[in-house]
Amino acid sequence: MVPVPFRIAKVIREIPGVYTWHLKSLDGKPFVYRPGQFNMVYQFGVGEIPVSISGDCREPDTLVHTIRAVGPVTNAMQQLRAGAVVGIRGPFGRPWPIDEVVGSDLIFVTSTIGLAPLRGLIHEVLHRREDFGKVVVCYGTRGIDDIMYEADLHRWRARFDMHVHLTVHSAPSGYRGRVGGVVAAIRAAQVDWPSAQAFVCRSETLTRQAVDTLAGLGVTKDRVWVTLERNMQCAIGLCGHCQIGPTFVCKDGPVYRYDQIEPLYSVREF
Amino acid sequence: MSYHPSVIGLDGLAALIEALSGDGFRVLGPTVRDDAIVYDDIAGVDDLPAGWTDEQDGGRYRLKRRDDKALFGYAVGPHAWKRFLHPPLLRLWRAEPDAAGMTLTAAAEPDERFAFFGVRSCELHAIAIQDKVFLQGPYVDPHYKARREGVFLVAVNCGTAGGTCFCASMNTGPKATAGFDLALTEFPGEFLVEPGSDAGAALLARLPQRAATAADIERARAVSERTAASMGRHMQADGVHDLLLDNLEHKRWDDVAARCLSCGNCTQVCPTCFCTAVSDVNDLSGATERTRRWDSCFSVDFSYIHGGSVRPSPRSRYRQWMTHKLASWEDQFGTSGCVGCGRCITWCPVGIDITEEVRAIRGE
Amino acid sequence: MVHIVDLEETLAHHPFAQGMDPEALRTITGCASNAVYHPGEYIFRDGDPADNFYLIRHGLVALEIHVPQGPPIVVETLEAGDIFGWSWLLPPYRWSNDARASDQVRLLKLDGACLRGKMENDRSLGYEIYKRFVPIMARRLAGNRMRIVELATEPAVHSRQKG
Ligand SMILES: Cc1cc2nc3c(=O)[nH]c(=O)nc-3n(C[C@H](O)[C@H](O)[C@H](O)COP(=O)(O)OP(=O)(O)OC[C@H]3O[C@@H](n4cnc5c(N)ncnc54)[C@H](O)[C@@H]3O)c2cc1C
Ligand code: SF4
Ligand code: SF4
Ligand code: FES
Repeated sequence: MVPVPFRIAKVIREIPGVYTWHLKSLDGKPFVYRPGQFNMVYQFGVGEIPVSISGDCREPDTLVHTIRAVGPVTNAMQQLRAGAVVGIRGPFGRPWPIDEVVGSDLIFVTSTIGLAPLRGLIHEVLHRREDFGKVVVCYGTRGIDDIMYEADLHRWRARFDMHVHLTVHSAPSGYRGRVGGVVAAIRAAQVDWPSAQAFVCRSETLTRQAVDTLAGLGVTKDRVWVTLERNMQCAIGLCGHCQIGPTFVCKDGPVYRYDQIEPLYSVREF
Repeated sequence: MSYHPSVIGLDGLAALIEALSGDGFRVLGPTVRDDAIVYDDIAGVDDLPAGWTDEQDGGRYRLKRRDDKALFGYAVGPHAWKRFLHPPLLRLWRAEPDAAGMTLTAAAEPDERFAFFGVRSCELHAIAIQDKVFLQGPYVDPHYKARREGVFLVAVNCGTAGGTCFCASMNTGPKATAGFDLALTEFPGEFLVEPGSDAGAALLARLPQRAATAADIERARAVSERTAASMGRHMQADGVHDLLLDNLEHKRWDDVAARCLSCGNCTQVCPTCFCTAVSDVNDLSGATERTRRWDSCFSVDFSYIHGGSVRPSPRSRYRQWMTHKLASWEDQFGTSGCVGCGRCITWCPVGIDITEEVRAIRGE
Repeated sequence: MVHIVDLEETLAHHPFAQGMDPEALRTITGCASNAVYHPGEYIFRDGDPADNFYLIRHGLVALEIHVPQGPPIVVETLEAGDIFGWSWLLPPYRWSNDARASDQVRLLKLDGACLRGKMENDRSLGYEIYKRFVPIMARRLAGNRMRIVELATEPAVHSRQKG
């Protein structure tokens, strides 16, 4: 449970306030994990925070994290340059259930930084492309300057075997893409709704909205996979911070099948 | 394996403590300090609270003289054994910057073994519950494990129920039934001793004693029966899981929130609460030390995530505490999180009483 | 005549007219015409008389709001299957934003001024139309409410420049 030192090999500024690290372990050992899992990332003398793993799990020599600067720890981390050393504990949590959705059309619903926890899953789906039906990514951001992982999105849009529905809340006149909420992007997706599997990575309120939209199109709640976010300190089910009712998000989540936790969404301040 | 009970006198009790220390145990037991009975190192029978009892009620604890010399004539105090197995403050590791980046060193675990002397039945249950939390899940807490392994447990069957006790309602007492090495029942000047493990039986064999008679056993049974009949509190525990989870918006939560000070005393004294928070301390040498301390779901920061706390209101925090103890705990660990020890009632500054809150939600 | 049959069929296939009473459908068809817009072309402009509404058959339509200090802002795009324009239902019958073709757009244009008169005389036709507009308006309102939640909860990006 002591963090293992990793060196930052590369820093990518995704959008203002969001940065991606490529990390290498000091001892050269590969970092084995499954998409959807997270690490506790520790900056020396500053603090430790949960962060999803955003890389390609078939490249275990590089650990990838994308972090948005929102507070003391994430702001301090933003100052780190290539060469700096951080501590990693993990991987923790239940991964996305990729084997359970083989054979289905897949729809990914997310916005801005929410793509970080889904990115590794999308990579893995593309590695195993023939295992799945249609693949549609619905991704929303505030504006055209907030689009993350642009290189990936370009590559994905160029593929004939997947669709990317990008939507922004507003754009300057002349912009040729879709403008509006993610809901419109979901509605535009052409998948087999009665059998499609959906992966939703949004805040709790917006997750509910996405689930309702999907339900209206025929995606039952047992085919919707979501993530939850709670305060985390130990990440191994022992410190109690991440509890919501019966569940410990760190060990039972962060990935859940929506129908199994739906009641937790409806209780305020639970 | 069934063991044979014996009867020992005060000399036998002294020999027991001596044998435990002789075997290398750090012997911890009840002793009077700062007007309360707490758990601390004991060197011998003289350190035990002879002739003391306690008066307990909602928000009230007072030591009083008994009119006999009983060594265990009181209920549980503010301390739980948890403080030794799951310490309130623990060093986890130290990080030092160096040429390679940083070196992290885990804090060494103590190599002492504990003997707990005078563990009540509710407390045995509490230890068993924390064993589930810390040892029997997908992840093991190495700090708890290091301390828990090899603990020698000397139980005491309560001869006096406290004013806030309700173990009989929770099926956790007052008689110890499992999870101990030796169990004592106090008679004036003597003790019935029942071994609960091979280690207990072996140790008992080394003490001055006589074989217990049917009359001794009957006397001990009567003690437990009398205690069970004099519980200060009662809680109807059956169906409480569904009762609470079906009433998450009950108006009683507002009522209790108006009284609750969010001080977290209840979680600190509770023998099963396990929550902790970590913090980092940077020292002058440039190194950082990570420590872990008991935390409480009553603090606003406990559930903080970017943008704010998930449980900003006292109502939601009290509800978290009570639903965790009596309902979610069952879903998580297959057992209630409450053993009916009554500490949260006694040590609540405003006397909030978990048994009364359950009654109110039942509509009684 | 052939033209009318075509239009009626196109209209009947648009989600807007799904399950519409044949009588009403025929009346509405009488007010409909096809329209094509090229990328960048305005369909209507803020302040102009609002005498039409539109069903999108193909392409992306941008609803834009003019802001004095810069280029107009696209606040929403609509696509095949959507309808847009409801200012024709509400006095003073003027558009409150611009609508512009984002790409090649094919529309069914409905003459609202003509329909207004017919709806006034035939209340059941009016009901038929309102029954179709109100849920769409409600859905857009709910969607916009969620967009406010989204904009309020997602931290703003600090600068317009890419880092
Ligand atoms: C499973 C999981 C995966 C995550 N993945 C990512 C990711 O890929 N990229 C990313 O940018 N962010 C991610 N987050 C959120 C990230 O952990 C928080 O933004 C971060 O903890 C904020 O810390 P801070 O000190 O900068 O800010 P503050 O908000 O001021 O936080 C202060 C302290 O509160 C605690 N805290 C605050 N927010 C959270 C939170 N959401 N979860 C847990 N503890 C919190 C931390 O201890 C933190 O140090 C994830 C959170 C979880 C639970
Ligand atoms: S009641 Fe609160 S402090 Fe106690 S274990 Fe549960 S969450 Fe932790
Ligand atoms: S909740 Fe109260 S009565 Fe129950 S075990 Fe904890 S302190 Fe004792
Ligand atoms: S983060 Fe500690 S229990 Fe989940």
